[in-house]
Amino acid sequence: MSRTAIRSEVVEWASGIYEDLEFTAVRQWLEGHPGRKACGYLPVYAPREVIHAAGMLPVGIHGSGNIEIIRGDAFYQSYICHLPRSIVEFAQSGRLDMLSAVLFPSTCDVIRNLSGMWQILFPDMYVRYLDLPQVADPALGAEFWRRELEVVRRELGRVAGVEVTDARLRESIALYNEVRAIIRQLYALRSEKPWQVPTEELYLLMRAGELVGPEAFLEKAREYLTAAQSDDQRVRDRTRVIITGSFCEQPPLGLIKTIERAGCYIVDDDFLAGNRFLTGDVALEGDPTTALAEALVRGAVKTSVLYEPDPAGKRNLMKNRVAAARADGVIFAAASFCDPALLDRPMLRDGAEKAGIPCIAFKFAENSGQFQQFREQAGTFSDSIKLWGDA
Amino acid sequence: MVIQKEMIAEHYERLERAPETGEPVVYTFVPGNLTELIRSFGCLPVLPEINALQSGMRGKSRDYIAEAEKHGHSEDVCTYVKCDIGMVLAGNIGPTGTKLPKPDLLLLSYTGCYTFMKWFELLREQYDCPCVFLHVPYQGDGIIEPEHREYMVKQIKELVIPALEKISGRKYDEDALRERLELSVQAEDDLVWVLESAKNTPSPIDAYFGAVYYVGPIFSAFRGTPEGVAYYKALRREVQQRLDAGLGPVAPAGPLNDQKYRLVVEGPPNWTHFREFWQMFADEGAVVVASTYSKVGGTYDFGFRHNPADPLGTMGDYCAGCYTNHNLTNRIDMLCQYLRDYKADGFLINSVKSCNSFSAGQLMILREVEKRTGLPGGFIESDLVDPRYFSAANIKNRLESYLQMVEARRAGGSREARAS
Repeated sequence: MSRTAIRSEVVEWASGIYEDLEFTAVRQWLEGHPGRKACGYLPVYAPREVIHAAGMLPVGIHGSGNIEIIRGDAFYQSYICHLPRSIVEFAQSGRLDMLSAVLFPSTCDVIRNLSGMWQILFPDMYVRYLDLPQVADPALGAEFWRRELEVVRRELGRVAGVEVTDARLRESIALYNEVRAIIRQLYALRSEKPWQVPTEELYLLMRAGELVGPEAFLEKAREYLTAAQSDDQRVRDRTRVIITGSFCEQPPLGLIKTIERAGCYIVDDDFLAGNRFLTGDVALEGDPTTALAEALVRGAVKTSVLYEPDPAGKRNLMKNRVAAARADGVIFAAASFCDPALLDRPMLRDGAEKAGIPCIAFKFAENSGQFQQFREQAGTFSDSIKLWGDA
Repeated sequence: MVIQKEMIAEHYERLERAPETGEPVVYTFVPGNLTELIRSFGCLPVLPEINALQSGMRGKSRDYIAEAEKHGHSEDVCTYVKCDIGMVLAGNIGPTGTKLPKPDLLLLSYTGCYTFMKWFELLREQYDCPCVFLHVPYQGDGIIEPEHREYMVKQIKELVIPALEKISGRKYDEDALRERLELSVQAEDDLVWVLESAKNTPSPIDAYFGAVYYVGPIFSAFRGTPEGVAYYKALRREVQQRLDAGLGPVAPAGPLNDQKYRLVVEGPPNWTHFREFWQMFADEGAVVVASTYSKVGGTYDFGFRHNPADPLGTMGDYCAGCYTNHNLTNRIDMLCQYLRDYKADGFLINSVKSCNSFSAGQLMILREVEKRTGLPGGFIESDLVDPRYFSAANIKNRLESYLQMVEARRAGGSREARAS
């Protein structure tokens, strides 16, 4: 099979999983693994290693703009983001009934309160709110998070009927280190040669990875990486941009396509940021829960959902990311009513603009269906950088 | 009211003089505020939410919000934050007309509200001052877990106290803190007595519109102070007199003695049209007998009191126990208990656009409380301090419709009683 065909096949596989609103991949996994269970998690960061070590399938619940909202709107006022509506819709329509547990990380107050709603709506399901450590002191933060992880480890083990031993957890950590490594490679290749890794394809692959388990994801990601490395594509005259602010509610695929087709190469982004929340490998030596805790406290990505202890951190963040990705500009693309992204934006944008980095900003919803305005904005942005960027 | 006005005015004047007097200034938040600790170091607290709501009540928030939005702050986010940022950008003249000093320390007590974290990150950009973070774990399972308490105590000991020592030049004095906590308990006892006076019929207080004044001193700068104790003693005397005389609260247009409806309210009030909002209730003869908003700075009526014998542990308990740090199940339980204990006719939710901590999940709360109590719930929408989101006609219409529903239920109940 040609490299192009391999890569097309992987993308088609991923697209099928992404488009499927019935979570068939999860159901098939459960059928293929009798006696095993599935545990959902909401954005942004949840310790998938612990879920996996309990023998459960980690299932990313990221909402969807493609689902018709019938029941979800009855739970939310108009001024709350779209994500919880589609998630509640999935849940209320029985599409998530294969889950035995759901973890709700401390991303924002909407997700926090959704954990309470879940407790009431699904009293038989294990629900845990995960309070990520926010304290600036790494020792205190790591100790707090280690204890939280111990609770999750014990409780998920109980739900799954499995003792989550150190050895099991270490194996899962090792597997997820491989996942993180290949994602880093894919992101690095895209940054280096964005024409080889269109973001539309990378995104679909990442999205599928949220539903199929690390083993299946690794297999497909390796196939894709090998093919993409050598499947030479035409280099286009495009502007290199970073997308930021889309770490929780996800943009519709059409928006990602639109940005690239409007003359931009996306060379860095924070879509599905949970899969690379830990920036390095988790240590395989010593107590594995402590290793996971330390990895988060000492090596988490800079993001709006964690407190920034460095007073200059917000100001410098985009400058550093632009330098690392050799980007020409930044697109602040946040979901409407997304507190973390929108409250951070003035600080990040101010820092970027003071560093002379061109920026634009817009808002989307996961169910945005019209992309003309985004095309015009992104196209004009790209053109202006190309025409006057070096002036 | 007069005493409180004087207390607040004096506090703001003292803040204005702080750069000359050298009194260190600590900005912090109402939920989970460590006022006794701050005061024990001789520091003065500033509470940005109080400034924002006061700006809202005094008609200044519209311009402040516009100023912040001009500087890139989204129309979608908390208007308290934008009001505060706008006030800073406009010269930082506080709601009483005095200049607010820059903070020597931002004490980010991260209790029950995600936005607090961003708010102080934003203020740190404005003031270029140190910020100490106190992470208060959320009661996701409805309890304060012992490990969480320990975590909070460690943070207070290892992070907050050293930060206060540094800016004040004073050593931590646990005895001084204990003395302040003893004063807190006295004020807390009197506050609870006042709030619970609404169990009487007629209620001598309005436990929402009136209570926001009553909780003012204890939620802000005066917990653990002799002035705070004196205020609550005076308030208790005044309410006792009203109770003895069988009088209701004094609404904006006059006394509300003829109380046709007893309501429980969930959610913060709107501040830009506060008096108009209150009067809509009063015009219908509706008195609020219990509210959740008056518990954002502490759930004292559920038994919590600061414990001078365990000064740091009690502060952890206090922080974790503030209303918005409770999960939805606890919030629903509280509302059901209020409806029962205060013999209310129903409950209303004022859902504010700005506050996801309160608002996300309120429609579920509405259904659950109705289901559990059988009492009618109503839903109105407004905002904290953005006047663009206060639609008087719409709110009045919804309130009237809701009260008609209460009336219909009553009539139905009477018919059923007669029939049986």
